[in-house]
Amino acid sequence: MTLDATDRQIIEALQGGLPIVAEPYAEVAAALGIDEPALTARLAAMKDSGVIRRIAAAPNHYKLGMTANGMTVWDVADDRITELGALIGALPFVTHCYERPRALPDWPYNLFAMVHGSSREEVEEKRARIRDILGDALRASDVLVSTRILKKTGLRLRKKG
Amino acid sequence: MSDLSRSDRDLINLLQEDLPLDSRPFAAVAARLGLDEEDVLARITRLREQGYLTRFGPFFDAAAMGGAFCLCAMAIPQAEFEEVVTKVNAHAEVAHNYERAHRLNMWFVLATETPEGITETARAIERETGHIVHCFPKLQEFYIGFRVAA
Repeated sequence: MTLDATDRQIIEALQGGLPIVAEPYAEVAAALGIDEPALTARLAAMKDSGVIRRIAAAPNHYKLGMTANGMTVWDVADDRITELGALIGALPFVTHCYERPRALPDWPYNLFAMVHGSSREEVEEKRARIRDILGDALRASDVLVSTRILKKTGLRLRKKG
Repeated sequence: MSDLSRSDRDLINLLQEDLPLDSRPFAAVAARLGLDEEDVLARITRLREQGYLTRFGPFFDAAAMGGAFCLCAMAIPQAEFEEVVTKVNAHAEVAHNYERAHRLNMWFVLATETPEGITETARAIERETGHIVHCFPKLQEFYIGFRVAA
């Protein structure tokens, strides 16, 4: 999708979030000097093209008790990864699931799945469930626990030009 | 956690689904929960203030907007770790960075305007630190959602 100047203004205006008011789209439209149907039509087009995945809440995992997480990594047979990745991505405790290239010989893993739980043990139980699903397509696996956040900034769209 | 009521939890779960583009989208959320609109707005504001929700709004896919993303990892000896953190984080392209318990102990995401920007930034970090930057671009996404049951 090609974004025009108005689309980019909309994105900029909404990067901090949607106002929590009864008519949020009308409020944003007014601030941008466009009318509400024009705004929602553009938002609908951005949703259709995947620029906007959804308009939703980002929960704080830690506050909700999901204090443990692990980046689980798996070496899965290439001819099975599309089929099996879809199954792993659909698990309710997996939040991000990707196929990525291996970096041989150091890094044999091609499937990454972020697992969340309320304890280290729970993360391990969930990891065991993934292992069961992968079955004989699995060659090796590991889990990487984060020990420190070194940097965390929101993703900002930089102005062009 | 204990101060969250059942209806707050139901609201958090529902708010992780896509909000409609209706004029009064929170009225639709309220109707599904048997609450009124004003109550839902007050609860969302409170849940944000209390930190249960970090943000409410559109989730943008930077790649679909023409930008590029890449997960990268480095293996840094402990003695040099802090010095390398400073050098890596100094790049505005480093969106977030985590220390992880593994030989590859530094994992960060690069976000750039162009795909070439990823390679340029990775090479710059290698020059500055003297360590290899492994790039793990996504080949396939098995995307269902970013949801957590409250």
